[in-house]
Amino acid sequence: MTFSFAADLAGAKLPNPILTASGCAGSGKELSQFFKLSEIGAVVTKSIMIKPRSGRATPRMAETPSGMLNSIGLQGPGVDYFLENDIPWLAANGARTIVSIAGETVEDYAVLARRMRNLPGVVGLEVNISCPNVENRGMVFSCHPETARAAIEAVRRNIGGELPIIAKLSPDVTDILGIAREVSNAGADGVALINTLLGMVIDTNLMLPKLAQKTGGLSGPAIRPVAVRAVYQVRAALPQLPILGMGGITNGRDAFEFILAGASAVSIGTATFGNPTAVIKVRDELSAILQERGFDSLSDAIGFAHREVQA
Amino acid sequence: MISTRAAQINAELISNKRVGSYHHMVFSVGDIASQAKPGNFVAISVGGESSSMVLRRAFAIYRSTERGVNGGLVELVVAPQGQGSRWLTSLEAHDVVDMVLPLGTHFGIPTEPVRALLVGGGYGSAPLFGLAELLKSRGCRVDMVLGASTAAKIYAPLEGKRSVSSLTLTTDDGTAGIAGQITDVLPKLIEENEIEIVYSCGPMGMLQAITAVTDRYQIMHQCAVEEAMACGIGVCMTCVLPVTGDDGVTRMLRSCIDGPVMDGSRVVWDSKRKIPEGTFGA
Ligand SMILES: Cc1cc2nc3c(=O)[nH]c(=O)nc-3n(C[C@H](O)[C@H](O)[C@H](O)COP(=O)(O)O)c2cc1C
Ligand code: FES
Repeated sequence: MTFSFAADLAGAKLPNPILTASGCAGSGKELSQFFKLSEIGAVVTKSIMIKPRSGRATPRMAETPSGMLNSIGLQGPGVDYFLENDIPWLAANGARTIVSIAGETVEDYAVLARRMRNLPGVVGLEVNISCPNVENRGMVFSCHPETARAAIEAVRRNIGGELPIIAKLSPDVTDILGIAREVSNAGADGVALINTLLGMVIDTNLMLPKLAQKTGGLSGPAIRPVAVRAVYQVRAALPQLPILGMGGITNGRDAFEFILAGASAVSIGTATFGNPTAVIKVRDELSAILQERGFDSLSDAIGFAHREVQA
Repeated sequence: MISTRAAQINAELISNKRVGSYHHMVFSVGDIASQAKPGNFVAISVGGESSSMVLRRAFAIYRSTERGVNGGLVELVVAPQGQGSRWLTSLEAHDVVDMVLPLGTHFGIPTEPVRALLVGGGYGSAPLFGLAELLKSRGCRVDMVLGASTAAKIYAPLEGKRSVSSLTLTTDDGTAGIAGQITDVLPKLIEENEIEIVYSCGPMGMLQAITAVTDRYQIMHQCAVEEAMACGIGVCMTCVLPVTGDDGVTRMLRSCIDGPVMDGSRVVWDSKRKIPEGTFGA
């Protein structure tokens, strides 16, 4: 029996379950000098917005124990430039692309979803309803069931059935399961867990918050247990809802943890900053671990930590 | 511009010597050394396999040699000022690090011989010596001024001075050279040596002050900026600064890809903690 590493992420068929994380892979070009983008499951783009954005002022980054804070603020060229430049380039280079979209209004999500129809190489849509960097804390769609639902419904109405819709959730809520239920009912084909956690570092020399924006999103190995818990909880309650897991994955063992918790595929973000070929390392190590542990396929291992054990 | 020359390699430490407040470190990097140009930098992962430091550390290349006894070499000048650089400077010969190089833009070399002034602040002087050699080999006259808070923080190795016609030192505390700051002596050096281009590397405040002088004299200023970097390869967007393009539009550019070497007169200085008004997408 040959081992099958193929992944099915809410209907997106991928040769392996290793993806980049949104906002952590540039436009794809930057990483392509280190490996072929077609070698990983898919490239998840930075969150695309309708208009160009300068992002936040600097400093917008602070290293923290086993992690980092960022307040990039969704810097990007806007959807027109993205569709004209990034998408054709990714397709020409053999990448499977999952486009991440982010809006400031429900209508933004509708407009962006409509523009994602019939794009070369695009295999899915990640809907970022959870970025904590936006100025108005009230704007975090995924923190409230009603706004989370409204954003996903807008996307669903405009592209539902054409591309898998994956709702990316924020862990900064008391009941992430409730939000997952809500977006699933609204028509999301899967969920991405988790986005960054809101944090702060104070520079004790300047005696001021280190980031110009004061707060930023925490990522990296420091948040991994929070992410694994979120994946496990959602899987336990909604076993049919496919999960893209992420948060601090740096090696194959970490990725295996997410698969065992119930993720169908995983994204690698911060680890790429420390190691440009982190995704390739995770891919090869995870494949080896799964085979060592006697799994015939990736799918057999998904959610394996939920099994009943005899006392 | 995204570099297509960069590679991720295991680099062996050949030697590690303390020089004043800094460490002079030589790494064996193989053939890729031939791709490195003055102004380029390397990004090194720090702390070893189980490190809690998740971000790469960027260091300007002090010098690169295509062929030594140990093959291609790159030399770095490292200030042990943070946890990561302290880890790096504690390594010993034959230790191996994960290095990505060469990264970023390099100093532009004029096609005609010119009169150049090289200005370095602290360990920022590192990439200027290789640049001085290159300029001299192209027939340029090279003058240099190095400044720091105190004598131990000036990096000016003997062999580095061979290519320069004059070397001026300044220290804030007067322990070496002229007491004062680099910008105190710049106008005189520019006038006396009829300088046509200034190359610089050092803290952002210093680069800004130099730009004010070069703008006044209407001479080119190529500076290597020092923004905090998390990846060094253009994927994290943390290292940005506002730069005005040929079209008059100011954009937040990545200093690891569109820099570190930039045209000083195009950088919108004084942008810490705020996005300048009118910036693209603001
Ligand atoms: C610098 C940076 C930028 C990010 N930008 C985005 C983004 O544009 N959209 C998004 O949905 N998530 C963004 N994220 C969150 C990541 O995609 C990911 O959910 C999170 O960092 C956890 O994974 P990690 O620990 O592997 O980085 C960003 C994270 C970082 C560190
Ligand atoms: S250091 Fe990451 S984009 Fe420049």
